[in-house]
Amino acid sequence: MNKTINQKAWFLVLPVLVLVAFSAVIPLMTVVNYSVQDTFGGNQFFWAGLEWFDELLHSERMWDALGRQLAFSAIILAIEVPLGIFVALNMPKKGFWASLCLVLMSLPLLIPWNVVGTIWQIFGRVDIGLLGHTLDKLGISYNYTQDFLAAWATVIVMDVWHWTSLVALLAYAGLQSIPDAYYQAAKIDQASRWKVFRYIELPKMQGVLMIAILLRFMDSFMIYTEPFVVTGGGPGNATTFLSIDLVKMALGQFDLGPAAAFSLMYFLVILLISWVFYTVMTNLDKRDGL
Amino acid sequence: MAKITLDNLAHSYMPNPRGEEDYALKELNHDWVDGEAYALLGASGCGKSTLLNIISGLLQPSQGRILFDDVDVTAQPTAARNIAQVFQFPVVYDTMTVRDNLAFPLRNRGADADYVARRVQQIAAMIGMEAELNRKARGLTADAKQKISLGRGMVREDVNALLFDEPLTVIDPHMKWELRTQLKSLHNQFGHTMIYVTHDQTEALTFADKVVVMHDGRVVQIGTPEELFETPQHTFVGYFIGSPGMNVMPARIEGDQAYVNGTSLPLGRGYGPLSGKVEIGIRPEYARLSDSEGLPVNIRRVEDVGRHQIVRADCFGHDLNIIVDEGAGIGADMTRVSFDPARINVYADDWRVEGQATGRAA
Repeated sequence: MNKTINQKAWFLVLPVLVLVAFSAVIPLMTVVNYSVQDTFGGNQFFWAGLEWFDELLHSERMWDALGRQLAFSAIILAIEVPLGIFVALNMPKKGFWASLCLVLMSLPLLIPWNVVGTIWQIFGRVDIGLLGHTLDKLGISYNYTQDFLAAWATVIVMDVWHWTSLVALLAYAGLQSIPDAYYQAAKIDQASRWKVFRYIELPKMQGVLMIAILLRFMDSFMIYTEPFVVTGGGPGNATTFLSIDLVKMALGQFDLGPAAAFSLMYFLVILLISWVFYTVMTNLDKRDGL
Repeated sequence: MAKITLDNLAHSYMPNPRGEEDYALKELNHDWVDGEAYALLGASGCGKSTLLNIISGLLQPSQGRILFDDVDVTAQPTAARNIAQVFQFPVVYDTMTVRDNLAFPLRNRGADADYVARRVQQIAAMIGMEAELNRKARGLTADAKQKISLGRGMVREDVNALLFDEPLTVIDPHMKWELRTQLKSLHNQFGHTMIYVTHDQTEALTFADKVVVMHDGRVVQIGTPEELFETPQHTFVGYFIGSPGMNVMPARIEGDQAYVNGTSLPLGRGYGPLSGKVEIGIRPEYARLSDSEGLPVNIRRVEDVGRHQIVRADCFGHDLNIIVDEGAGIGADMTRVSFDPARINVYADDWRVEGQATGRAA
C-alpha cells in the first residue's frame, strides 16, 4: 500500500502548538530568562548566570520555607487521608441521606479559596469570631496573629475543613464500586470488620486513594491564598510557606531574578516528589501482579 | 451437616408487599434432606439466588422460618449458621496470596496452623492450583479466581451446607466438567448437604440427586432428573428441561381422548372434566413422523445436531419439534405426526393432571 505523503498535514497541528506556546512554553521560558539575569529596574538586564540558584541553595530563608512547607503537607495528609476514609466508611450507601451527605460534603469544595481564608480569619478572631471568642472565654489562650502554635493550628484545621471532603468523596467512590458479593463472601468467611477493611475495602480504594494523596500533596504544597488571608505568613515567618515567600520576593521586593530561580526550583521539587510517589505506587501495583 | 427446613418461607424486596406478584419468592415449605445434593434450576430472576441468600442468612425473609436440624436459625447471622457459599462472580482477596485466600475462612475460625496448612494443601490439589499457592491472587485469570472462590467454599469440613450460586458461569467449558466432577466427588466423599443454583439444565441434571425447578418465585417441581423428564408437573418444567423442550398444544379432553383441532389422539388414561386452559404436552423424543397416522404437520426445517435430527414443524399453527434418529430419511410424504399415548401429559392451567387408567387399550 502506498502512503500519501502530505507535509501540509503539519498545519493541522499548528493551533495546538500556538496554544501551548502561549499558555505554557513562553511564560516558562520568560521565567527561565529572568532567573539568569539581574535587573535594577528601568527594563535593564544584566547577565547573572547561575548566581541566583547558587545563592538560593545557600539561603536559610528558602530552606526554612521548604521545611515549613513539607511539615504542612505531611501534617494535612496525615489528618485528611485517614479522616476522609473514616468519613467515607460511615456515609450512607444509598438513598436520600447519601445524596444529602454528598451535597453537604461538596460545599466546602465549592467555596473560593480567599473566601475560605476570610471565613476562618473572622471565625478565629478573639473579638468577634465564634471560635476565637469561645476559646478565649473558656480560658484557652488563642491568638493566631501572635502565637505560633495557634497560627499553625488555624491554618491546618482550615485546610482539613476545606479539603477532607475531597478525600472522602474519592474514597466513597472507591467504596461504592465494590460489588456486594465481596461483603457477602466476607460474611460467609466470617471475616471481622477490621479484616473486611484491610483485605477488601482498602485494596479496592487503593487507586482512588493514590489520586487523592497526589492531588492533596500538590495542592497543599502550592498553598497560598488561605494562609495569606488568615495569617499573612505570620506571626513572624511562622506560616510563610513557599508560595507566600515567593510572592514576597517577586512582588514585595521585586527581586525578579532570585524569584524566578526560586519558581523553577519550586516547580522541580513538586515534579520530583510527584514523580517519585507515582512511580513507587505503580511499581507496588506491578509487583503484586506478578 | 444438617437437614434444612423451610417453613412457610416467603420473601419480597418491597417494604409493603400487597399481592402475591410482589413476592420474589412465594410461600414455600420444603425439607432439604441432610447429605443430599440439590440443584436449584430456573431462568434468571426466578428467585433462586433469593432463596439461597435466605438460607445462608445474607437476606432476612419477609415471613416464615428456617430450621437447621429443627433449630430455628431465622434470626441468626450468617456467621452463626456456619454455611459455605460460592458466588457467581469470583471473590478473591487481591492482596493475599492464593494460600492465604484458601486459609482465610479457617483462620477466621481459629483453626490451628498445622491443620490449616494440611487442609489448604488438600484443597489446592483438588482445584489444581498447588503450583500457584505462593503468588498473589491479584492478576489471576477469572477462571483461576473462581477456582479459589470454590476452594474457599470447600475448605471448611464442618459446614452445615454448601451453597453454590451459579459458580461455573465464568469458567471455560472444559474446566467446567472437571470442577463439577470434583464437586460431585467431594459430595460423595464428605456427604455435605449441597445446593447448587444454576440455569443450565445439563449442569443441574448431572450434578444433583434431586432437582428443584423454580419458576416465577415458586417451586414448580422437585424430583429426580428422570421424573422431570418423563412427568413434568408444570408446562414450564417441560419447556425448560430438554433440548428442545416439550411441545405444548391446546387441546380438548374427553375421557381418554384428546382433540387437537378436531383430530383425536388416544391418551391411554381417562380424565374427568377439566376447566381452565387445557393443553397436552409431548416430548419431541416421543413424537414420530409418519405418512399415514396422527396430526397433520408442515415441516419447516430440519436441524442435524449430530446425534439426531430435530424437525421443526408446524401443526395447526403451533410450533412442534420432533426428534428423528440420525440417518433416518425424512421424505416429502411425511406429513403426519403421531405420539406415544403413554407419554402424553395433560395440563390444566399449566399444572399437570393425573389420569386414571381406563383398562382398555386406546
